[in-house]
Amino acid sequence: MKNKYSIFSLIKNAFSYHENWQRAWRDPEPKKEYDAIIIGGGGHGLATAYYLAKKHNMTNIAVVEKGWIGGGNTGRNTTIIRSNYLWDASAGLYDHALKIWEGLSQELNYNVMFSQRGVMNLAHNLQDVRDLKRRTHANRLNGIDAVYLNTEEVKKFCPIINTSPNIRYPVLGGTLQKRAGTARHDAVAWGYARGADAMGVDIIQNCEVKGIKRIGDSVEGIETTKGFIKTKKIGVVAAGHSSVIANMVDLKLPLESKPLQALVSEPVKPIIDTVVMSNAVHAYVSQSDKGELVIGAGTDAYVSYTQRGSHNVVEGTLKAILELYPIFSRMKMLRQWGGIVDICPDASPIISKTHIKGLYFNCGWGTGGFKATPGSGDLFAHTIANDDPHKLNADFNINRFVSGDLVDEHGAAAVAH
Amino acid sequence: MFLINCPYCGERDQSEFSAGGEAHIVRPKQPTELSDDQWAEFLFMRKNIKGVQFERWNHAHGCRKWFNMVRDTSNDKIHAVYKMGEKPPIK
Amino acid sequence: MSKNLRITNNKFIDQTTKISFKFDGKTLYGFKGDTLASALLANNIHLVGRSFKYHRPRGIMACGSEEPNAIVQVGNDASITEPNTRATEIELYEGLEASSQNCWPSVNFDIGAVNNFFSPLIPAAFYYKTFMWPANFWKLYEYFIRKSAGLGKSPTEPDKDIYDHRYLHCDVLVVGGGISGIMAAKVAAKSNLNTVLIDDKNNLGGTTLFQKNECFKINSFYSNDWLRKEIETLNSLKNLTIKTRTSLAAYHSYNYLLARENLTDHLDLNEKRDKIRQRLWKIRAKKVIIATGAMERPLIFSNNDRPGIMLSSSIKKYIDYYGVKCGQKISLFTNNDSAYETAISLNNSGVIVNSVIDIRNKTNSLIVKQAEKLGIKIYWKSSVVNTSGYKKINSIEFMKLSDDATTVIGKKIKEKCDCLGISGGWTPRVHLFTQSGGKLKFRDVDNVFLPDKSELDQISIGSCNGDFELDDVIKNSVNLTNKFLKINNNDYENLEIISSKEIDKKNIWLLPSDKPLGKTKQFLDFQNDSTANDVKLALREGFKSIEHVKRYTTTGMATDQGKLSNMHALGIIAETAGVKMGELGTTTFRPPYTPLTFGTIVGRNVGEFFDTTRKTPIHEWHVENKAEFENVGQWKRAWYYPIGNENMHEAVQRESKAARDSAGILDASTLGKIDIQGSDASEFLNRIYTNAWSKLEIGKCRYGLMLNEDGMVYDDGVTTRLSENHYLMTTTTGGAANVLSKMEDYLQTEWPELDVYLTSVTDHYGTVSICGPNSKRILTKIIPDLDLSDKEFPHMSFKNALIDNIKCRVMRISFTGEHSYEINIQSSYAKSVWEKCFEAGKEFNITPYGTETMHLLRAEKGFIIAGQDTDGTMTPVDLQMDWIINKKKYDFIGKRSLYRSDTIREDRKQLVGLLTDDPNEILEEGAQIVSETNSQPVEMLGHVTSSYYSPNLNKSIALAVVKNGKKLKGQKMFVPMKDKNISVTITDTVFLDKENKRLNA
Repeated sequence: MKNKYSIFSLIKNAFSYHENWQRAWRDPEPKKEYDAIIIGGGGHGLATAYYLAKKHNMTNIAVVEKGWIGGGNTGRNTTIIRSNYLWDASAGLYDHALKIWEGLSQELNYNVMFSQRGVMNLAHNLQDVRDLKRRTHANRLNGIDAVYLNTEEVKKFCPIINTSPNIRYPVLGGTLQKRAGTARHDAVAWGYARGADAMGVDIIQNCEVKGIKRIGDSVEGIETTKGFIKTKKIGVVAAGHSSVIANMVDLKLPLESKPLQALVSEPVKPIIDTVVMSNAVHAYVSQSDKGELVIGAGTDAYVSYTQRGSHNVVEGTLKAILELYPIFSRMKMLRQWGGIVDICPDASPIISKTHIKGLYFNCGWGTGGFKATPGSGDLFAHTIANDDPHKLNADFNINRFVSGDLVDEHGAAAVAH
Repeated sequence: MFLINCPYCGERDQSEFSAGGEAHIVRPKQPTELSDDQWAEFLFMRKNIKGVQFERWNHAHGCRKWFNMVRDTSNDKIHAVYKMGEKPPIK
Repeated sequence: MSKNLRITNNKFIDQTTKISFKFDGKTLYGFKGDTLASALLANNIHLVGRSFKYHRPRGIMACGSEEPNAIVQVGNDASITEPNTRATEIELYEGLEASSQNCWPSVNFDIGAVNNFFSPLIPAAFYYKTFMWPANFWKLYEYFIRKSAGLGKSPTEPDKDIYDHRYLHCDVLVVGGGISGIMAAKVAAKSNLNTVLIDDKNNLGGTTLFQKNECFKINSFYSNDWLRKEIETLNSLKNLTIKTRTSLAAYHSYNYLLARENLTDHLDLNEKRDKIRQRLWKIRAKKVIIATGAMERPLIFSNNDRPGIMLSSSIKKYIDYYGVKCGQKISLFTNNDSAYETAISLNNSGVIVNSVIDIRNKTNSLIVKQAEKLGIKIYWKSSVVNTSGYKKINSIEFMKLSDDATTVIGKKIKEKCDCLGISGGWTPRVHLFTQSGGKLKFRDVDNVFLPDKSELDQISIGSCNGDFELDDVIKNSVNLTNKFLKINNNDYENLEIISSKEIDKKNIWLLPSDKPLGKTKQFLDFQNDSTANDVKLALREGFKSIEHVKRYTTTGMATDQGKLSNMHALGIIAETAGVKMGELGTTTFRPPYTPLTFGTIVGRNVGEFFDTTRKTPIHEWHVENKAEFENVGQWKRAWYYPIGNENMHEAVQRESKAARDSAGILDASTLGKIDIQGSDASEFLNRIYTNAWSKLEIGKCRYGLMLNEDGMVYDDGVTTRLSENHYLMTTTTGGAANVLSKMEDYLQTEWPELDVYLTSVTDHYGTVSICGPNSKRILTKIIPDLDLSDKEFPHMSFKNALIDNIKCRVMRISFTGEHSYEINIQSSYAKSVWEKCFEAGKEFNITPYGTETMHLLRAEKGFIIAGQDTDGTMTPVDLQMDWIINKKKYDFIGKRSLYRSDTIREDRKQLVGLLTDDPNEILEEGAQIVSETNSQPVEMLGHVTSSYYSPNLNKSIALAVVKNGKKLKGQKMFVPMKDKNISVTITDTVFLDKENKRLNA
């Protein structure tokens, strides 16, 4: 058993100048064979491994990561967590995740700083109002705690928003989900890694997958920069690079990988204590515990794996931020960065088996995957362990693109992910 | 911010253009004769290549012409542009 | 100002112009040319802030953008106050007010300093290990954490300043106006290249500008004098533009760069008003020369963070440039030659230099010899092991280094001082190079990362390229520039250069201490309070990657973005893990180079310029007639026209009734209008729309539905055949641009063989729509010679006509179900036609109606609004509009998708009408529909898409989509609200005039 983390262990270790803390996870060389291998050491991949070990007793498994764990979109997103989705399938998926978030720090014995500071989505035109009301009604009937707010209530909940009727796109209302909020992104990857490692999962960093070996219609293992590793089950959770892995087995996915940018301001004392998202003027903002304004920008329209986007997108986002929060004009951008998101045509993810036996994909989260991390891991673990989806991810199969039974959160819910 | 050499107008800032995804996916001439799978392949499935990709761009805020581009998606380097209907200058 | 801290023989500061300013409420004085930092130092103020975590006292450490500690809040006014501003970059101005941050009640007595006492309990990343119990207490813990975090305060009122953007195109952009940048710019400009030289300081020259030392001479001039003459010659170069106070923020691909020019920040308070504060230059350069210089590194030892501990080169700048003594008795601690330049400068200005403590065994470079000659005491092979003084350093302790330099040995020597200059060598500023995508290489001899490969047309020259000696800088900069620009300038070929060369190099990332590591605090990241211990703890816990260490310890994540700390963090990681630094790599340097104000990034695009506002040619009439407006895309559309105290409901009821009872008038100019011409125009429409077009007679109109390739309804509108090969298509207001671009896409890429030309004419025509039983009478008054008989001018047809000799097109089409006409006329005449109609209609009580009434009227008729009754998941079949699909047509966009297994399902959600049991109950748009109210959770069958109270039917009506709705006509359903369930009945979608009699009324 590892060191349990608590205030007491901190005090105890203070006496030994913190010299005796154990490693949060080992740094193993790959074994020759595993019962399952997860490709991708982001939050979703590590969570998948954690639940495979914990709920399905699969401990002879490995997570292989091209770089360092949590270095992809897990460490690059704006950490918004909410479950106020329109369609039943999405609401089920994201609320499953939200419920796990609510106890995750205790479960992992790692403070992921899940902060239920509420998420507000704003409406700026009459169709926004209709869409948000529609979503709120659906949420209520699905047992999700979102409520509709009029402009005064929006202002009351977040006084710094410019709710003047005289701005270009006035705030006409909004929704609020109080259980929603943010979490510390790095901690999620690290907490799951530590938990999975403790159960025997090998987390292998700096190990890039170069090929997938197949015999007939089944997978046999993976070729990596650290050699061949045998396995009968491969779960791919390589956000941004899903298609790259799929192309190794000539599988085409309904995905496009696009740059998504975000930025933070310099840290300041608390000024906004909730998360506010606006789709119509495209701005979302929250303030980190460190005091930085965390601002999500949009995606560029072209495919790119460079983790860089165009300046236009950042400018457009800050334009929208100043429209809604003119007081932030003298705040300064400290850092901007990009990630690569793979986007499905219906803006919903794929958590699915494929026609190749033993090959599973968890991808297509677009710009909104972080919030689903625990739920996605849990359901993907179920799918891999049972070779059959859980009922909560059954609708998120690849076949929907053939049948046309999409989970279209794009057109339906006018909301940025 | 790319500097894109529109085949009709010359070099222009990226902000004048819009991207249209993978090129050379020809719309089937007889869609009704395709299976659901084949139609889905046309409609949604993409190579989404990391590396040299052929793609469509539109000089939306310029001549409004669509054209093709060869671009390396791993470093955003544009290797060539060519008009619709022309053969790619690079394999 | 403490007089004895200023020297008087200084040419850079205007000591005749005294400037008063306030720091922490106290009025102080400085001179024109000072920065806030130099003025504070001249007032003997070192302590300016508290650190982020432990609230330790911190002082000014540097003299430029790398400053980690001296960050202050500028201004008190709630609208222009600015947090986290580096005192080293604020040019002093009359009226400046600044204050310390992150301390309470004051920087001198800060309650938060108690954290320093608890510091053993709060090592790096402690917060991941605690605050988990009790589970629901995180909110409370977090409240206090948030309160104590953050640095300065955000403004609380909107900014009063304006910001600006400009574009700049040049052949050569030189970034950095030090000696190498100046030479490069001169060489480029003299070769007829359009050259721009930018520098973030208020004048050019870099550090050479104040380098007056026997060891550095060019053609027997001191290097500073030589450079000053060079700068003077720049003015005569026609091709050269110089921008000072301009800081390069970001270097993007394709040589696209962003630079911020400060225009008013240095001006006196009363001179700032009504001027542009900052300008963002968007630069596209053919070639870029980076000459950004290098930054001095600190040294990492116990208690290296006290106020009064400064970078040695900064102490030199304060004395040589600002004429400010950072102390009266200064000690220096170094691993390289540059501290000796500082020692000599201080000595020459009459400041006591206690000693230079050098970790090297001994060296004999020119500059060291000169220092020795001046009698400056040097302790070789020694290292500082501790410092004392709470709010300002008062002494240091140092010891001898062991031969292998891993421990300190011998007697501890204590030396009193009021300032300690430290120099850990130099770090090239490669930030811009890496931002642009360039790859770095590592040079072992002096532990620097240098520019290696780049895809872009750029070079780095001078010390940012690893040339640290004056003669190398000059020779290499010119050679590299010549080669890069493919020119052959020989202006600098035969210079006689004297330059002290560093002979011996030695570096220890983490200096040894006489105490165990855990008992000491050696700061790496001064602002974020991360120590060498923290980095080692992270490594012990398995955080191996530099990015992991950075994130776990927050090293390098403060407002200085690790300018001073990154190299040492890397060094300590490499040493501890036993890896070579070159293999370890660096963290990513992300833009911007220094924090960039949001206002500057946004420029003028704020307020009314946030987005284009599109107004119809009749807009002014609506304003004059007190219309309320609705935003539809970028358009302003008249929403309703309240009279007196009417609310929206009352106005809409009145307008709707008037339109059906007599006459209504609507501004339909915003509808998208696309002119389609060409011999294949009909065939093109066949493929674009779901229905057939070839047989449409000339002069006739037809409604069309457009699908996406996935089979879902995308847009709709009426298209008119003007002549054999000429159509006018209308689209929805919001969809116009997308429809045009989608059609162009198909035309150019899939069907280039079609002879069709598309032109957007939305803005070219204004559209006046008059409807109601009296519309015909009104139109007759306006166009008397037009035969309006149903035979000559039936519903769904068009006529060319003249109004006051102006050509117009009149369509008899209807979105309300009433007899109605749409007059399309050149935009410039639209308002007068509108007024004419209004005048002519007065006798019929013609009533202007807005979009809300239009929506109500069309709902009475069951006409859909694409985007309101559809949401990207509805097929024409779902809309019960099977009639519009021409099954005989071989193909049209989206056709194939209508026959997929899910789209042919019969129980999909389908458009239906809904009537509430209580006719006065108006359903909420967006409300869900269920078939029973007892079970939980309950299956949602659909939702209300449109809902109104119809004054013409005297009851509420609604459109909805309901699962299997087609077959459920007549069935009871419920609309569950928070507090009640509303009973409804599923009906047909047409509520009024099912026989369409009113069209010809």
